[in-house]
Amino acid sequence: MPRVAVVRFPGSNCDFDALRAAESVGADAYFVWHREAELRGADAVILPGGFSYGDYLRSGAIARFSPVMQAVQAHAAAGGPVLGICNGFQILCEAHLLPGALMRNAGLSFVSKPVDVIVERTDTAFTCDYEPGSRLRLPVAHGEGRFVAAPETLRMLEAEDQVVLRYVAATERSPFQPNPNGSANHIAGICNAEGNVVGIMPHPERAADRLLGLTGGSGFFTSLVTSHQHSSN
Amino acid sequence: MIASSEAATILEAVSLPGDPPVTPALVREHNLNQLEYGRIVEMLGREPTFTELGVFSALWSEHCSYKHSKSVLKSFPTAGPHVVQGPGENAGVLRLPEGWAVAFKIESHNHPSAVEPYQGAATGVGGILRDVFTMGARPVALLNSLRFGPLEEPRNRYLFAGVVRGVGDYGNCVGVPTLGGEVGFAPGYTGNPLVNAMCVGLLREKDLIRAAAHGVGNVLLAVGARTGRDGIHGASFASEELSEQSEARRPQVQVGDPFTEKLLLEASLELITSDLIVAIQDMGAAGLTSSSAEMAARGGVGVEIDTALVPTREPRMTPYEILLSESQERMLIVAEPDRVAEIQEVCARWELTATPIGQVTDDGIFRVRHGSHVVAAIPGQRLVEDCPIYHPAAEEGEQARARRSTIDPAAPVADLEGALEMLLDEPNIASKRWVYEQYDSTVQASTVLPPGSDAGVIRVPGARFGLAMTVDCNSRLVALDPYEGGKAAVAEAARNVACTGARPLGVTDCLNFGNPEKPEVFFQFREAARGISDACRVFGTPVTGGNVSFYNESPAGAIDPTPTIGMVGLLRRVEDRVGSHFDSPRDEVFILGDTSGILGGSAYWAEVCDFVGGDPPAVDLEAELQLQRFLVAAAEQHLLRSAHDCSEGGLAVTLAEAAVGGPYVPGSLGANLDLTGYAPDVPVDGVLYGEDGARAVITCAPQHAQRVIALANELGVPVFHAGRVESAGMLELQVGGQLFSWSTDALRRIYSEAIPRRMQHTDVDRAVGV
Repeated sequence: MPRVAVVRFPGSNCDFDALRAAESVGADAYFVWHREAELRGADAVILPGGFSYGDYLRSGAIARFSPVMQAVQAHAAAGGPVLGICNGFQILCEAHLLPGALMRNAGLSFVSKPVDVIVERTDTAFTCDYEPGSRLRLPVAHGEGRFVAAPETLRMLEAEDQVVLRYVAATERSPFQPNPNGSANHIAGICNAEGNVVGIMPHPERAADRLLGLTGGSGFFTSLVTSHQHSSN
Repeated sequence: MIASSEAATILEAVSLPGDPPVTPALVREHNLNQLEYGRIVEMLGREPTFTELGVFSALWSEHCSYKHSKSVLKSFPTAGPHVVQGPGENAGVLRLPEGWAVAFKIESHNHPSAVEPYQGAATGVGGILRDVFTMGARPVALLNSLRFGPLEEPRNRYLFAGVVRGVGDYGNCVGVPTLGGEVGFAPGYTGNPLVNAMCVGLLREKDLIRAAAHGVGNVLLAVGARTGRDGIHGASFASEELSEQSEARRPQVQVGDPFTEKLLLEASLELITSDLIVAIQDMGAAGLTSSSAEMAARGGVGVEIDTALVPTREPRMTPYEILLSESQERMLIVAEPDRVAEIQEVCARWELTATPIGQVTDDGIFRVRHGSHVVAAIPGQRLVEDCPIYHPAAEEGEQARARRSTIDPAAPVADLEGALEMLLDEPNIASKRWVYEQYDSTVQASTVLPPGSDAGVIRVPGARFGLAMTVDCNSRLVALDPYEGGKAAVAEAARNVACTGARPLGVTDCLNFGNPEKPEVFFQFREAARGISDACRVFGTPVTGGNVSFYNESPAGAIDPTPTIGMVGLLRRVEDRVGSHFDSPRDEVFILGDTSGILGGSAYWAEVCDFVGGDPPAVDLEAELQLQRFLVAAAEQHLLRSAHDCSEGGLAVTLAEAAVGGPYVPGSLGANLDLTGYAPDVPVDGVLYGEDGARAVITCAPQHAQRVIALANELGVPVFHAGRVESAGMLELQVGGQLFSWSTDALRRIYSEAIPRRMQHTDVDRAVGV
């Protein structure tokens, strides 16, 4: 079973949720405090959602300087899988582990609701259990989730197939706006060129249990187990 | 009795250079009347110092002393086999299965929100979170009850938008899901909005900690944010009417820092569960003064504080300012001296400081030093408990009596079909999605029924049971008949909880009224409280705490009386929970409960006929209880597909909401219903829009219909089979020989667009600075 480090920053608030979701698929998940310099033999790293350091400056802007981020950088550079969810995605962008940035939502308000996304990239350690083109319903809850990037970066992301999740309408007749925050190209999640670092705004850890009404997110965690078995075989 | 000469030596205290002399004018400025001041002088055996005057002013404010409400609150039922902690602590606590307990409390932050909506609301959320986690409970849900003037007024839109943003930003950052709430609009709240925040927390019962100081020689530690000059006299501000001058009170509104709150939460829970501390209390209203004095009084001990040791944000703060500051995100902890180092270590890990500022003493005196000077020395118990108690006159207001005894609106309405569309477009009834989409409702990954349901439901990781929770009050009913309105608020809350399949457990209340010194206001207060008591007794749901907010008056007059009921309920097995909206085509639709068709106090009369008046239907508490029992039993037997309570707007609104109220269902479910036999003697408008309680609309799979009927008969609940859920996109009702039909798409659009449509001007409101 993979060892999964869930990094806790002061202000992380989805840390327990991510830990439980990883545990629920049998992973050996544990917390790493932001002041620690070691990931303690992690096979994969999750940067959970929340408001690291209160996010008063710019989401993720201070967290990237935490001691633990050097270890995360090294883990990523060695090809280790890293998943940033929500604030974790923001931190990965601030740390330049992912391109682009996450800006205030187009509507200027915090947005908390279920959205529909399509899985476009299924060869990452977090999405390999999904079929390409799978539609998922996942909750979003963020004030700064509008993905932006320079035009050439956007072109590269599309050309190199680095869009992992994209917002879509639930049905053709759906009365709801598919894109909750005004993200460029309806982007909900991306990966780096190597495909080992993934950042997504929706919260799969909140959609991994039948009792909560949504189950589409569990694949992110089962994928971790699948890809680990694959790589250790 | 202490001899007076002895008292004089014990209670010596000095004024500091720069303290203003205590004159009658200064006493009045501190909102203390002659009777109260006389008692202070008698208590001290001398005139108070300036610092002491400030201390008395805060603790004897209405907000802290409950001096006008105590005599009435005594009548609430507060006991029960499952009550672990009743009123008088930071929060009430009820026992749950499997070693768990729930701590919950509601509190108002009305006045600060009236002058500074964003920070006023945000700090209201912060305060209620701290009340819950200082009991050793991890906050698992927030709810709120909000009232504003009509959205046609730009200032009301500004207040509404600011409050919602403040509530959201704080709870979202701390990471506690907002599970539900209510928002109401009426002219009476213009100038004095209501912001009531409720928090629900979970703890292992063995980890419960009470805020009582013990152990002479134990150390008092200030933990968390530094003390600044914000919020000085907030408790007193909360205890007077709002006026044209209130805007100048803006500096008295505290500023929230949810990030520090999150650190405090984690540090406090770690300190409590690792048994490092004796007691802990939030420095909330009246700050250091109330937290230290109340903890000492509960433990029957004295305290001595040195304000020179309190970490401050600004230099040269006086003891008066330090004692009365309401700077947010601060805690007072009592601990044994040899634990201080460990406590500081835990706090440092959470980037917080813990500073010794005083100690527990054996003489029962609340003593404050500033370095070598004793600036306050007051008998501690009397300071907290001996504020004069008032029994104000109570008499029903002329206006209320006249409105109630008017029997009919001036103009009857011909278009009963259009009336439903008008009601769904009314912000009181319309979808609150615009509000709750700004609140994180799914963090903690435990939200089983989200906002938009009759009650919010959460699961508890590792446990089988679930918790349901709601806040409710229909203030129009309370204004017309405070006693029945008080009953109705509890009954509606209990119905909402029961509709999810949960058994109502207990109540926290936030009693928002005008100036209690006015007989017509005190009448409303006393009668509403009597109604709440009676309902809680019948339902077996004790009142475990809450808050009284008086003086909710603006120059335009008093608010509508608003006794908000917060309720929690227990689902024995969380997977038994029942949603509020139609689930599947061909499900059978039943109406539970009878109607008299009385329209007094109804939304229909108020919003469609422009007439607020009439005698509201009496609340039949026994029928309510039977309905609750049916809903719980039917859920436990897995008979139901949905259950939605019947309240504001009557049966027609209930059916429309059940059909189109599910916020994220892309398809559209309607129903084809024949109500001809439901209440054959009642006029059509009464059937559609009457607001009799003890009713709900339920649906079940066809194969369960007979069992539903049998169970209702067995439990004595009137049950009427109305028809079936349909997928044809129409809601059709046959009543009294007439057929009413609406397109569900149209109803959904009206219902979901009502508030966004009115709020699209908000950015303009902000730009012009209303």
